[in-house]
Amino acid sequence: MDAIVGPLAYPFFIRALIACVLVGTTCAVVGTYVVLKGLAFMGDAISHAAFPGIVAAFLFKASFYLGAGIAAVATSLAIGYVSRRARIRVDTAVGVLFAGTFALGIFVFSSIRGYTPDLFGFLFGNVVAISVSDLIGLTVLGSFVLLIVAALWKELLYTTFDPLGAGASGLAVGPLEYLFFALVAVTIVVSLQAVGIILVVAMLVTPAATAQQLTVRFGSMMRLAILVGVGSSVTGLYVSYWLNVASGATIVLVETLAFIVAVVFGPHSGVWRLRRRAGARTPG
Amino acid sequence: MSAPIDPELASAVAPPPGAAVGLPPHPEGDPHHRDHAGPDHRLPGDPTIDAGHARAHADVWLSDVSAGYGDRPALGHIDLAVEAGTLLAVVGPNGAGKSTLLKVMAGLLSPWSGRVEVLGRAPGEEAHRVAYVPQAELVDWQFPVTVGDVVMMGRYPGLGPIRRPGPVDRRAVAEALEQVKMSDHVATQIGSLSGGQRRRVFLARALAADPALFLLDEPVTGIDATTQEDLMDILEAQTRRGRTVVATTHDLACAAQRFHRVAAINQTIIAQGPASLILDPGVLAQTYGGHLLVLGGQAVLMDDAHHHDQPATGERHFHDDEMRAP
Repeated sequence: MDAIVGPLAYPFFIRALIACVLVGTTCAVVGTYVVLKGLAFMGDAISHAAFPGIVAAFLFKASFYLGAGIAAVATSLAIGYVSRRARIRVDTAVGVLFAGTFALGIFVFSSIRGYTPDLFGFLFGNVVAISVSDLIGLTVLGSFVLLIVAALWKELLYTTFDPLGAGASGLAVGPLEYLFFALVAVTIVVSLQAVGIILVVAMLVTPAATAQQLTVRFGSMMRLAILVGVGSSVTGLYVSYWLNVASGATIVLVETLAFIVAVVFGPHSGVWRLRRRAGARTPG
Repeated sequence: MSAPIDPELASAVAPPPGAAVGLPPHPEGDPHHRDHAGPDHRLPGDPTIDAGHARAHADVWLSDVSAGYGDRPALGHIDLAVEAGTLLAVVGPNGAGKSTLLKVMAGLLSPWSGRVEVLGRAPGEEAHRVAYVPQAELVDWQFPVTVGDVVMMGRYPGLGPIRRPGPVDRRAVAEALEQVKMSDHVATQIGSLSGGQRRRVFLARALAADPALFLLDEPVTGIDATTQEDLMDILEAQTRRGRTVVATTHDLACAAQRFHRVAAINQTIIAQGPASLILDPGVLAQTYGGHLLVLGGQAVLMDDAHHHDQPATGERHFHDDEMRAP
């Protein structure tokens, strides 16, 4: 019991716990759409693209959230534009931007003379280092994302499931798509300090993918994703505290474990799923 | 500056270069048309028919429309007027541009040239009165939604943001499911439905929106005869209520028997007129070209209904770049 309650005596741990709940919730909600749209790779690209923004923010002594936010949102909108207009395959465009923007970040970072910030912290995050002002920024951005999804969940669901049907019936599919890309970018920025650039895609994708193994309803998928996201984050935080290891990596490992358990033991697994698929193919 | 529609075109075959196509006479007493006889039910060449008249009475009106993807043309010089209350079948071989034509009507694809009016306005302007059902191949059937969820989506555009579905919406969904005889499956995930049941559910989604215009891409492809009869009965009932239905189909027998009118296309309009038109060997030959085999006086289509000018299942975002941003 002391192992659970003990750490709560430390303000940094309380802050980390609040951050975990916020990040876990926001990532699960947005991640549900990311998984259903098949955009996991894009999430990875946006997080890497945030890196030059973070380095620039450090150089100009600007806010971490401002730098990362501008870079991530700009990249996500660029990907959105390329995927809708240009004659390049989306995964190609994403792959190019992914490496290119990250390289730019490293390039600028390596040119910093004198005091250099902790690269490891940028890349892998450190949720226990979150300050009160970070927590405020995180709360504002996270609430912003959740409010928008709360207002537009139906429209986002319809355009994700059937963009043609939704567009023909008057939903603004194009603007909704751009808005969604921007939401993914903001969500990633919110999560960067907790798990870092490299692992943030796991926060976005793994809880939703886990939930997808357990349900056939969209609403319950999102609720389960929140449960898995918040549960894994909090569990991971405790485990990292007990073992004195990196928090971001531990959180992602717990999420991965949850995913594997869901795949192996979930209702869609094994024989049950094969039988269901065979049944679905029967014409009629 | 639209070119005036040739009045003959409303019910005549565009003469092919160097070939004369025999045409059945326009059936004045077509039983399907008794409720909604319009100007183009008069004899071809009737001088009272003019382009403006056809346009004013049309729910869907296209004049010299060309469209395509990227720099690849799919449709050229389409002239078409679909009166309110009409059940129109769009037939043609694979790659003829049937789906493209539907997308232009739905406002999902902007035409390269020509003029389009849907429900009296530009395509997409009256979108809340239009229900579009994509080909079954374009739907992700593993998506975590139930039958009830999918049908409820038909109500979403009318609800607008923030508002949640209420009792009125739930009643509309229940009634739509009742009509397509899927009430017992309301909580079933769509992936475990049969092909026929899937088409029923998507028609129910369209019905739940209570649109003035139904745009249905292959609504009766790959389904059993019972389902086909049921769906056609429902659509027929909708046209009696003054609703307009435009559906692409590979099933020529169904087009001839169950639809009011037919537009045979192959990049452009080959022929349009009463549904029986599609049984005319000349029209068939010209529409389907090499895909048609005539055996002992009977035409056999060498056209595989399961090949489409569409991406395979799972590539649902293929057309995103073609979609209109309203």
